[in-house]
Amino acid sequence: MMGHTDNRSWQSAALLLAVMVAVALLATLAPPALQRTVTEAFIKLTVVIGLYVFVGNSGVFSFGHVGFMAIGGYVSAILTILPAKKEVALDLPVFLETLQLPGLAALIVAVLVAAIVAFLVAAPLVRLRGIALPMATFAVLVIVHVVALNWQSVTGGRQALVGLPRFTSLWVALAGAAAALIVATIYQQTRHGLALRCSRESEVAAAATGIDVERERLIAFVLSAAIVAMGGFLFAHFLGTMTANTFFIDLTFVTLTMLVVGGMRSLTGACAGVALVSIVSELFRSIERGIPVGDHVIEAPPGLQEIALAVILLAILIMRPNGLMGDWELAWPARKKAKEGA
Amino acid sequence: MIFLQNAIDAISLGAVYALAALGIGLIFSIMRLINFAHGELIMVGGFVLYGLAGQPYLVMGLASILVVAILALGMERIAFRPLRKASPATLLIASFAVSYLLQHVVLMVFGARPMGVDFLAQFGDSVELGVLRVPKLQFAAIIVTIVSLVCLALFFRRSRIGVEMRAAAEDFTMARLLGVRANRVIAVAFVISGVLASMVSLYLVAQTGSVSYKMGVNMVLIAFVASVIGGMGSLTGAALGGFLVGIVSVSLQAYLPVDLRPYRDAFVFLAFIAFLLWRPQGLMTRRADMERV
Repeated sequence: MMGHTDNRSWQSAALLLAVMVAVALLATLAPPALQRTVTEAFIKLTVVIGLYVFVGNSGVFSFGHVGFMAIGGYVSAILTILPAKKEVALDLPVFLETLQLPGLAALIVAVLVAAIVAFLVAAPLVRLRGIALPMATFAVLVIVHVVALNWQSVTGGRQALVGLPRFTSLWVALAGAAAALIVATIYQQTRHGLALRCSRESEVAAAATGIDVERERLIAFVLSAAIVAMGGFLFAHFLGTMTANTFFIDLTFVTLTMLVVGGMRSLTGACAGVALVSIVSELFRSIERGIPVGDHVIEAPPGLQEIALAVILLAILIMRPNGLMGDWELAWPARKKAKEGA
Repeated sequence: MIFLQNAIDAISLGAVYALAALGIGLIFSIMRLINFAHGELIMVGGFVLYGLAGQPYLVMGLASILVVAILALGMERIAFRPLRKASPATLLIASFAVSYLLQHVVLMVFGARPMGVDFLAQFGDSVELGVLRVPKLQFAAIIVTIVSLVCLALFFRRSRIGVEMRAAAEDFTMARLLGVRANRVIAVAFVISGVLASMVSLYLVAQTGSVSYKMGVNMVLIAFVASVIGGMGSLTGAALGGFLVGIVSVSLQAYLPVDLRPYRDAFVFLAFIAFLLWRPQGLMTRRADMERV
């Protein structure tokens, strides 16, 4: 990992981007249902890359990032839903009720709000060591969820917030994922990214060489929450609705699974995890819908894809604890074999 | 009087939280696993009651305890034993997977809608104590928790396997070198945590009269908080943490302004974060858990 030069990091980022564009181009030939699946996969990719920026580089799990997805989604919802609809469903201050921003402006505000919240939350939390930090992020998830579920006047509470403009087409989702990938690649090569990865390998050694581990974790946390919030924005405007229960433990599980399965130590791993989990989910979803075989239709009750997901995650944890990719980043097949990772 | 009523509510709720936290704390003390799937042990206990609805309550209860204990054993054997050397974070993710798996197996079989179960419904009646009205279920919760705590304490001090478990919790490698059998100690720990989980499900089903595939999630989140507050790995701490969370929850419910009451859980978790920052090692710390460099 340390042997990678900047050049190599960009090479793998460029290759990953090329694969993503190729997938998107292929998806345009596919039926609409499959196109939606690919769009959703790009959205998840944005989120997982965001998660990777913190979890992958620091080695510390966070269970709270889906909360920032929710914040991104809700902020954008409030800024983009038609004022007339807001008047009926919500109880906002007048200037927010009458405001209707274009997508890009809403995205910027949503990401900024999430980043500020992330900063306020993480500034004290990064002082925690060991398992206390992940546990605290769990608490963050629960707090965001409880607030979203009950703040009737702003989030619609237990009712779904409907009428979000559906900005997120296949190409918008692709652009989001590409932006996330580029930001993550740049971050990894900065002093901060390298220092954080150093602390991942040994917190004590990093501190001994003068790295302020808490500060580096804070920077990564805020950046990753911002990217995840962008994912939340994409997801909200993909679904067209916001419900508090969408952004809770199940989505946390799915995104973490994607990261861990592919390998949380490399960007290639994050991408591979999203691809694998999306393909498996789609496969089992189609079985749940029923596959005609001759005269019969093979059908499975709902729940099968989630069961498959959990089994895959367990199998990977037991058999390949570093995920499918481990430390390996995508690269041109060079003269010497790409084995730097080990 | 309102204060006394609240105090009884707090103690009985705390008693249930303590049972749940003990189950989690016990496993953590021995194998550093924060078992998210503990909530699904509780949930499956509830569904056993649903499956046996109409049988005598005693049969329903015992069957629930038995099935959950076996499930806990199976969980350890299949998912956690291969990961015994993994880091606490990896173990937590694995237990997350087990939880998700069990939830969706139950979803597949029983569907997503909550279903009604008649179990100890008459425990909802209240006993009049002067001006206080205390549901029988609250009494039962307090008594069952106290009895369980006493039994556990005796078990850990008097029985051979109990002493071995304490040794393993103190220093697993050393205990093994002195002849403690790892598999046996861990298996017993899982059985006990299964029994504790099923007692929580008996309470939950008797209280709400229904089961659903998500019913364990809230309880396990609270139990997390309680066991971390108590000091991960300390059983006394876990019980104490359970009571503390019960007291905080009920106080917030009683004394928060009405507008803010729906946010009670957010305040509980906020208090949890504040507590972590103040005392990340929890109330009771064992020397073995202090981080050393």
